[in-house]
Amino acid sequence: MNADARPVIKPIRNGVGAFAAMKAVFARDLKVAFRQKQDLLNPLLFFVMVVSLFPLGVSPEVSFLREAGAGILWVAALLSVLLSLDHLFRHDFDDGTLEQLVLQPQPLFLLVLAKTLAHWMLTGLPLVLLTPVLGVMVHQEGNSIAVLCLTLLIGTPVLSLIGAIGAALTLGLRSAGVLLSLLIIPLYIPVLIFGTGTVAAAADGASVGAYVALMAAFLVLAVTLAPFAAAAALRISLSNG
Amino acid sequence: MWQWFHKLGSPKWFFGIATRFMPWLLILGLGLLAAGIVWGLAFAPKDYLQGNSYRIIFIHVPTAFIAQSAYIMMAVAAVVTLVWRMKLADVFVKAVAPVGLVLTFLSLFTGAVWGKPTWGTWWIWDARLTSMLILLFLYGGVIALDRAINDEKSAARAVAVLVLVGVVNIPIIKYSVEWWNTLHQPATFKLTEKPSMPAEMWVPLVLSILGLYLLFGWLACLRMQTEILQREQRTKWVREMITAGRS
Repeated sequence: MNADARPVIKPIRNGVGAFAAMKAVFARDLKVAFRQKQDLLNPLLFFVMVVSLFPLGVSPEVSFLREAGAGILWVAALLSVLLSLDHLFRHDFDDGTLEQLVLQPQPLFLLVLAKTLAHWMLTGLPLVLLTPVLGVMVHQEGNSIAVLCLTLLIGTPVLSLIGAIGAALTLGLRSAGVLLSLLIIPLYIPVLIFGTGTVAAAADGASVGAYVALMAAFLVLAVTLAPFAAAAALRISLSNG
Repeated sequence: MWQWFHKLGSPKWFFGIATRFMPWLLILGLGLLAAGIVWGLAFAPKDYLQGNSYRIIFIHVPTAFIAQSAYIMMAVAAVVTLVWRMKLADVFVKAVAPVGLVLTFLSLFTGAVWGKPTWGTWWIWDARLTSMLILLFLYGGVIALDRAINDEKSAARAVAVLVLVGVVNIPIIKYSVEWWNTLHQPATFKLTEKPSMPAEMWVPLVLSILGLYLLFGWLACLRMQTEILQREQRTKWVREMITAGRS
């Protein structure tokens, strides 16, 4: 037998660096998401609807809305991020992509970070972009709206990162949605407190530097720790099946 | 040292040692708690400001204290579960979580009862009340996750991850809630500040904390034993023990 006829087995290359793998995961998630545009719109619609419930349900008075508007927007943003978290790993879990990701030679936590970043680009960022419109609707002043957008810009990635842990833990469980909310909402409380606190301070004319710095500290903490926890949780959930 | 560590990993060994210690935990715990409460309720001096209503402190503080330390213990056990995969550690987490939930609830409830005469309201969004409420949510989440996962090993490890995420967040939650409270609400209500409690007040308080700790230990052992029996029901030693007890 001619040795040349045998298929050449190429040496396995671990050459794809971690950063390239992250970019690939990120690009893939964006591409998949843009093929199901309705899934992108749903959290935004939810956000708008929840915000519009408050004037209807509590009071349309300008004084009330001016006082409570920032809190309403923050709570609504928090809930719609929570709602969208179920999609973060679910589809990949169902079609087996997630197992392939876990098997990659690149560190799983970096891939999880890339997925979470994509999730934030698709939910958190649009919420931030919508906020000025809704802020005007709940009678926030220009300065408050700017600060509100800033806090949401720093805060929503934290929500996505913490949420990734919950989404990974509840993967493949019955009634995962409710369970996810139960696990994650207590952990969201500090972000909510500082997010609305910043806007309240800005409305009082106080300096917001310290608040913004603290929120940025939350973000740094979440970026460094949450992907590890989420990756550990993913491995546990995948070994479950 | 290491032999002891390995023994601790054996459910059978733990079951035996727990059976020996539990009566002591129960008797000492009940005794101390009874002494603390009777002393506190009947003999301790009245508070100069709150009168007799402060006496609920002898139940309120122990429950709150142990509710918080139980979560820390769970976190230590969670580390042991994840690092050494020790069976008993996750049995501990599973057994203690509902106890912690009940203790947290009791401390909130007694706090509300105490708040009515002292502050004139059942509930205020005070920093400490709110952080205890969040602790209640955390316990609830741990129990819910544990119940939702059927596979025992995955449940143990998933719960361990959740407990650890929670314990990282507890200080953050605590400080942010304190910040939030001082931000929005000037301290209209304050617990009467007693610069130094007289000994007739804090000695019974310490007694009842110790007593409740021992009772907590007893309850944890009992629940762990039950859990061990369920998990090890197919092993030889459990069968032998059950049949020996029956004959």
